[in-house]
Amino acid sequence: MNFDPRYSNRSFSSVGTRPIRPDGVDKVTGRARYGADFNMAGQLVGRILRSPHAHAVIKKIDTSKAEKLAGVKAVITAKDLPDLTDGDAAMYDILDNCMARKKALYDGHAVAAVAAIDARTARQALKLIEVDYEVLPHVTDVDEAMKHHAPLINDAIFTEGLEEKPVKPSNVTKRTQYGHGDVHQGFAQADFVVERSFKTEQTHQGYIEPHACVASVNPDGTAELWVCTQGHFVYRQHCAQLLGMEASKLRVTSSEIGGGFGGKTHVWAEPVALALSRKAGRPVKLVMTREEVFRASGPTSATSIDVKIGAKKDGTITAAEATLRYSCGPYAGMWAEIGAMTAFACYKLENVKTVGYEVLVNRPKTAAYRAPSAPMAAFAVESAVDELAKEIGMDPVDFRIKNAAQEGTRASYGPVYGPIGIGPTLEAVKNHPHMKAPLGLNQGRGMACGFWFNFGGQTCTDLNIGMDGSVSLAVGTVDVGGSRASLSLVAAEELGIDYSHVKAIVADTSSLGYNDMTDGSRGTFSSSMATISAARNAIKVLRERAAQMWDIGVDDVAWEKGHAVAKGEKHGNLGKLSLKEIAAASGKTGGPIAGHSELVADGAGVSFATHICDIEVDPETGSTRVLRYTVVQDAGKAVHPTYVEGQYQGGAAQGIGWALNEEYIYGKDGRLQNPGFLDYRIPVCSDLPMIDTQILEIPNPNHPYGVRGVGETSIVPPLAAIANAVSNAVGVRMSHIPMSPPRILAALEAEREG
Amino acid sequence: MRYIRPLSIEDAVGELARAVGPAAILAGGSDLLVRMKGGFIEPELIVDIKAINGLSDIQETADGFRIGAAVPCAVLGENKALRKAWPGVVEAAKLIGSKQVQGRCTIVGNLCNASPAADSVPALVAAGAKAVIAGPSGKRTIAVESVPTGPGRTSLAKGEIVEAILLDKRAPNSGDAYQRFIPRTEMDIAVVSAGVNLTLDEHGVIKAARVALGAAAPTVLLVAEAAQVLVGSKLDEATLERLAKVCSGACRPIDDKRGTIEFRRKVAGVLAKRVAATAYERAGGK
Repeated sequence: MNFDPRYSNRSFSSVGTRPIRPDGVDKVTGRARYGADFNMAGQLVGRILRSPHAHAVIKKIDTSKAEKLAGVKAVITAKDLPDLTDGDAAMYDILDNCMARKKALYDGHAVAAVAAIDARTARQALKLIEVDYEVLPHVTDVDEAMKHHAPLINDAIFTEGLEEKPVKPSNVTKRTQYGHGDVHQGFAQADFVVERSFKTEQTHQGYIEPHACVASVNPDGTAELWVCTQGHFVYRQHCAQLLGMEASKLRVTSSEIGGGFGGKTHVWAEPVALALSRKAGRPVKLVMTREEVFRASGPTSATSIDVKIGAKKDGTITAAEATLRYSCGPYAGMWAEIGAMTAFACYKLENVKTVGYEVLVNRPKTAAYRAPSAPMAAFAVESAVDELAKEIGMDPVDFRIKNAAQEGTRASYGPVYGPIGIGPTLEAVKNHPHMKAPLGLNQGRGMACGFWFNFGGQTCTDLNIGMDGSVSLAVGTVDVGGSRASLSLVAAEELGIDYSHVKAIVADTSSLGYNDMTDGSRGTFSSSMATISAARNAIKVLRERAAQMWDIGVDDVAWEKGHAVAKGEKHGNLGKLSLKEIAAASGKTGGPIAGHSELVADGAGVSFATHICDIEVDPETGSTRVLRYTVVQDAGKAVHPTYVEGQYQGGAAQGIGWALNEEYIYGKDGRLQNPGFLDYRIPVCSDLPMIDTQILEIPNPNHPYGVRGVGETSIVPPLAAIANAVSNAVGVRMSHIPMSPPRILAALEAEREG
Repeated sequence: MRYIRPLSIEDAVGELARAVGPAAILAGGSDLLVRMKGGFIEPELIVDIKAINGLSDIQETADGFRIGAAVPCAVLGENKALRKAWPGVVEAAKLIGSKQVQGRCTIVGNLCNASPAADSVPALVAAGAKAVIAGPSGKRTIAVESVPTGPGRTSLAKGEIVEAILLDKRAPNSGDAYQRFIPRTEMDIAVVSAGVNLTLDEHGVIKAARVALGAAAPTVLLVAEAAQVLVGSKLDEATLERLAKVCSGACRPIDDKRGTIEFRRKVAGVLAKRVAATAYERAGGK
């Protein structure tokens, strides 16, 4: 099918309105089925035994006593998940993370699992499994792990990306570099240079729904999996590969999802549930506890970042440089690389250089977290940009406007930008009433910018028109932020019918072609493109059927506002045919009417945001209170503005938690001290002000409606915006995130003592 | 696991005294159930005390108040007389957990859980509250500060139950207050806390004072020296500074996931000042 994805300016009747979401009533009445809400007759309870050690050789596992306990139906270890990854290093890491093979690599690493008739028996069985560990020295801090004498996590790792191949193994898996120009020369031209170092602690996405699934493997080798995931097609690929199945034999159905934010983009416990079911011959339900979620699902990186920026007296940045060290957990990742790519993406720079180091530590495997790696880089860069503006004596917004990237700018990570929103968001912030509102004692205002790439990817969608003229839309991207509502609006828009006649569902992996997962802010961007394409294909069929009903040529039939219209003088006297009329006649004109689409959604437009934050600091205790918060972000085109605003607010809320209190705290023993919401302090409702939003619409040239992804960028600026606000409130530059009260008070005391 | 719901305190004491394996007392369950769910304890006997006559009542007596062990904290907040007499105790009880938790949790449970960070305990200690204990060898009444002996440990013997908390009848010109430091606005555990109870003379001079600190040592601290600083003053600026210094000095805190030694020391003093000012105002001082 020839589908033209290019943007064309048009007016909308459905897109841009704010109807109620189709999944809303189920969610507010408790009927919606989440991962743990699926049940099967005869299902067993699965539970996982986890390492209490940060780093230990697994010498021997004795499961015999557990197997003998009445009610235990299966006990598995790594032996039951043999390595079928065939040299695929990333999949091997996922396998090893699901079930430790030779070494336990972090506190919480799975070492065995049981399936039993009830939770109590399963818990008892775990206690009967004897694991003989040889405890090894461990390292959990990113800077410590880079030192020469740090405990080595994997002696097969030799740093990639160095000019000379290293002779010794190391915890640094890879060095990457981005940039252009000559920073040395650039700094020589600068009148002012700011050089600072920053640290950020590890945070978890904190999704409210723990990982949960029901796995059922049949004796014929086929299987079903009901699971809470951001990408059921990806989970199918992973599980099929790790269990040695054909993908088509495994049907995966995604549940409603209580948040993912990147943490549900690859498998954690699902292959274990399948392996247990295969061994027990019965369905197995496996639900992680909150403690397991914290200890053994993927948080984001902890980081250590050095930034150096130079500028002339007139405010022109002459050079920018950053070194970024990101923790990956015990497996190789590309987290620092993404940080190195995004760090200076907001600016037009002649000389820029960023270097990233991927660092192994004895912590859980790092996973994506909403614009992964970008918030930490933005924290470091935007803090330094504020400092530099101060030294030059320029207003921080004006300084950024002067140096903002624009259409035609070569991005610090390589490509040349098309039309982008950084300049417009800064202008909007400059003119926003928030910037002019008065501040009281101990209060400060900060602002900061953020960037995210956005992603498109493989997408497949089916649009079926019922005989009553109503429309079923089957999409393959999991709805994490209201996409079923948005996609229904898009189908209604194309077909020219009312939103209420469209019902969107997320189809299972056996009902639709492959879809990439809902990540990279791609859900609405890519599935709306596929929905437009599918709707246009359906319209082609509708026109053909109308032509048949009228007995005229299809070229003489146009589609206007939900109706087939006969064109030309010859047919001018024919009345319009509605979609409903054509659908009613479909049994006699060739059967069901449907539109299908499969495509790779290229050209996801990059996204920029600028945030403003007011904060009050209690100088006696270091306590903070966010007083006012404003998000300005480019959406390309807001399909359902309420859910765009929800994404803006959600990202800001998570960023505020990260900036102020959230952190993984490890003891000297390498064990996580705060695996629960009591001491892992995400904000509660009363911690947050109403977060104001302003949607800008700078159309993405690569989408028919101009849509850009909106889900992730909103978490990029908050760390820096809040750090700048704290700095402006109390005159102390905070270089360590989170800015918890003890850290702020210590910084204030140090300042007072000079 | 065996769950029982005795109707008399004697039965409850008897069952606990005879228990062979680990036994637990259930009132609101806001600590117990969390610990059971987390797999930290697996009691073989659970004694639910909510059906025991009188344990769910607040009685106003000639000597003051008697608060039964099964009275939820939310109910303390609904008792007008108690709120008027001991606003500091009530505000502390109303800081525990969330609104939903306050509908279940009790101050006796808070006391017997023996966390140094328990919110109601510094307020009770400052108030000079007493615990009535029923046991196999009869009843005894002790100061609340004598109940916890360390984190998670109490002075209660096998079979003993704290059945009520006693608060004195209020002297004129008295006021108490409690504050804790948490990084969030609610749903949190005190990083450090302070409770102050004052009685003034007719000229606004403090004639009696009790100052208690929470999360500053293995048990809640009653800081006698801080009380001495306050007595005889009208809470002027210099007194407040001395109070802060004495309270910071009295702390024996630890570094942990909730805060540092330095932070707890410093903020204990800050809170003591702020809480003393509120208590003074409530006592009618100006």
